[in-house]
Amino acid sequence: MDNFTVGVVVFPGSNCDRDVSWALEGCLDIRTKYLWHESSDLSDVDAIVLPGGFSYGDYLRCGAIARFSPLINALDEFVKSGKRVLGICNGFQILTESGFLPGALVANKNLNFICDDVELDIVSSKGGWFNNVDEKQTIKLPIAHGEGRYHCDSDTLKKLVDNELIALRYKNNPNGSSFDIAGITNEKGNVLGLMPHPERACDETIGGTDGLFTLKSLILK
Amino acid sequence: MDQFAVKVFIRLRPSVLDPAGEATKSASIKLGAEGIKSLRIGKMIEVKIEGNGENEVREKIDLLCDRLFANTVIEDYEYSLEKL
Repeated sequence: MDNFTVGVVVFPGSNCDRDVSWALEGCLDIRTKYLWHESSDLSDVDAIVLPGGFSYGDYLRCGAIARFSPLINALDEFVKSGKRVLGICNGFQILTESGFLPGALVANKNLNFICDDVELDIVSSKGGWFNNVDEKQTIKLPIAHGEGRYHCDSDTLKKLVDNELIALRYKNNPNGSSFDIAGITNEKGNVLGLMPHPERACDETIGGTDGLFTLKSLILK
Repeated sequence: MDQFAVKVFIRLRPSVLDPAGEATKSASIKLGAEGIKSLRIGKMIEVKIEGNGENEVREKIDLLCDRLFANTVIEDYEYSLEKL
């Protein structure tokens, strides 16, 4: 695992890229490499994080423009090969806009930008993103978003439930998300998108370490 | 080549809650406007585009609407087209 490298994608407007890199390198000793969105060469990274922020200023819809970057075009093959992709906040929005995950993220029900810590139930451990949390089925992670209300139609919701694709649910739904959904995986389990920020919960001195496991699981095969 | 002016209207699907529309409805009522039953906010995109005839331009606009302008998970679209 010494050479395992996580690619952290940087779009114009990303602002959690350095937080993710700090958490992976500083807290978990996992090597990272920044990937500019115009790059389509993913050959020297073993997993990818799409970090939070406001790619392209959230123009048109959050994640709508980022979807057309060369890097996201190259992501299809990367995902098909079974390598792991983690989309956090704006990264989650990009994953839904580009069709890697179903549904969409829309404006919070109360229209507020919500910046808070939230309690989350771990619903599924598909993909191993939340496995073995010492039998603790609830974690606390920070959220910071204006457009984090997960929306999908009833057929999609049924598929998510039936196939155990719902990874996280809010205990106290802050934004009006359908079925309290805070994070989902694809069917294979190698792609996780979530609105909460695990990289902001990796050190006790900044309020908790409940995000460590998810970031560490990037190195799972 | 013909040139067309296209107006694309994008709306949240009826099943998607529109909190901005709700807030604007509330403000409209505070302004004193009576009788507002519903108020929903969408987007309008104006495009000037060239192509060989209306059919070709419609194909281009359909692609743009379906893949970029609207997210059909949450939005519907329609457009009008005028030859310049």
